[in-house]
Amino acid sequence: MSPMERPLTSNLRPDGNAVDIAAYERAGGYEGLRKALTMQPQDVTELVKRSSLKGRGGAGFPTGMKWSFVPMGANAPKPKYLVANADEMEPGTFKDRVLMEGDPHQLIEGMTVAAYAIQAEVGYIFLRGEYRCSAQRLRAAVAEAKERGFLGHNILGSGFGFELHLHISAGRYICGEETALLNALEGKRAHPRTKPPFPQVSGLWGKPTIVQNVETLCNVHHIVNKGPEWFRTLSRSGDGGTKLYGVSGKVNRPGLWELPLGTTLREILEEHAGGMRDGLRFRGVLPGGASTDFLVEQHLDTPMDYTEVQKAGSRLGTGTMVILDEGTCPVGMVWNLEHFFAQESCGWCTPCWSGLAWTEKILLAMEYGKAEESDLDTLRFQTKFLAPGNTFCAFAPGAVEPLQSALKYFSGDFHRHIEEKRCPWR
Amino acid sequence: MLTAEEQKEINEELAHYPNKQAVCIDAMLIVQRRRGWVSDEDIHDIAEFLGMSTADLDGVATFYNLIRRKPVGRHVALICDSVSCWIMGCERVRDQLCARLGTTLGGSTADGRFTLLPNVCLGACDHAPVMMIDGDLYTNLDERQIDPILDRYK
Ligand SMILES: Cc1cc2nc3c(=O)[nH]c(=O)nc-3n(C[C@H](O)[C@H](O)[C@H](O)COP(=O)(O)O)c2cc1C
Ligand code: SF4
Repeated sequence: MSPMERPLTSNLRPDGNAVDIAAYERAGGYEGLRKALTMQPQDVTELVKRSSLKGRGGAGFPTGMKWSFVPMGANAPKPKYLVANADEMEPGTFKDRVLMEGDPHQLIEGMTVAAYAIQAEVGYIFLRGEYRCSAQRLRAAVAEAKERGFLGHNILGSGFGFELHLHISAGRYICGEETALLNALEGKRAHPRTKPPFPQVSGLWGKPTIVQNVETLCNVHHIVNKGPEWFRTLSRSGDGGTKLYGVSGKVNRPGLWELPLGTTLREILEEHAGGMRDGLRFRGVLPGGASTDFLVEQHLDTPMDYTEVQKAGSRLGTGTMVILDEGTCPVGMVWNLEHFFAQESCGWCTPCWSGLAWTEKILLAMEYGKAEESDLDTLRFQTKFLAPGNTFCAFAPGAVEPLQSALKYFSGDFHRHIEEKRCPWR
Repeated sequence: MLTAEEQKEINEELAHYPNKQAVCIDAMLIVQRRRGWVSDEDIHDIAEFLGMSTADLDGVATFYNLIRRKPVGRHVALICDSVSCWIMGCERVRDQLCARLGTTLGGSTADGRFTLLPNVCLGACDHAPVMMIDGDLYTNLDERQIDPILDRYK
């Protein structure tokens, strides 16, 4: 594909070093920002709406629509905030890191254009603490951008000002949930907040705030620069743009590729990831990180976009897939996932912290041959008990997605652990 | 006592936020970067510096796994135990690390050289299994690589 068709990754260097500001500008960088600054802010939002860009952080909410809820005009509360969600702690997900390490200016430009659209004066990049390399490169890039007048007061003489700060997080997966993230930025324990009020209206310190995933933001200035029609043609689906798809697990070439949104699962696995390793048979895939339902062989021809993956019974999520092969125990894999979720529950509401701890305990017992038939009923009960609407945030429903689908597709394997009183893979 | 350098760094962060509490996590990380961990005394000093109660600050500290309220070794190894690394054999890597260092996950070596901690997904799943020592990422690990890697950290 030509660079035109891979807007997010065409700058990435094969040596893995970051693109500096000179190279970034030579490749057409900051043109989108220059163009945006000549437009009315609302018109920028309108372009993003027309592009059909949906959030790449997991929920897939239309980006332009989210921005249109932000109060605008002279009477709007001040300051407004824009936050890049660079927490990326969803197990199996490694896409935002690649963007930040390889092309930090792309995120800065995307954020500055988004800030202009909603007239945000202050921005934060909320970065997970373990991403040391990203931190170093973003810090350097923010300084470069400031020096060249792309950030700070009166950007490029437009009268618009945007201050951008890097916040290094101190851990915990729940910080990626946008309202928990706001509490973390305010220096509090990162429990989620009640919605409404939505952050667009009342977010950081009670001011209007937009939280957006890194990959989402990296698209914004390209849309302004080349137009929403161009953006939609990048995609093979009703939603606009490309998508970073990742594959990990026992495939020949694990990796990350920028492809048209709606590329099929089969094409990603076979052509890009090189198929299964060592002749192992494919058994299933978590299509968008740890908190998405398994898909199996019958779903291989699913176009990987928001609508089609949902129709197949899962979610596109982060678009980074984890492959289950026949040499790996599905019960063990689900135990590993629920161990993660039990540990990362923020502890705010009882069904979540208690239910997930219980779930994990049963799965561990099962993996070691110490479970009974009735334990399967308890697991099924937990998937209902933690379903949407029963807990304070979307963490718990996400946590049981892999479990409920594993119980459906791999029920024979759960039964074998109980009947044989051991894990057939150990 | 917060050193002049620590105070200076915390003050630089304060310029980016509308109130003092907002920088409390940054402040703890600033102190931890120099001292390895955040002691009760540090909590007291940071709370005082930011006009918070020590109880409030400790409440924040104990929420976050990257803020350490106990001493650690000279080097800290974070071993990814999330799903991709699990599929690719991180349990073997972990066992080799524990055996070689004579400690368990969550523990430190008797000579204070290493602390081993499990960590959630380090975001390098296409190169699993992975671990991070003092900020250096090691990828595509197998048991045989552990010894030479550990030898780099004295
Ligand atoms: C438990 C949980 C963890 C999340 N973690 C992340 C994350 O690490 N990064 C991210 O961008 N979004 C994450 N999200 C989604 C955010 O809440 C939010 O929807 C997103 O940042 C919005 O940006 P987008 O519309 O650009 O995707 C998480 C959601 C939940 C419920
Ligand atoms: S669902 Fe879980 S993570 Fe979300 S608020 Fe409740 S306890 Fe916290």
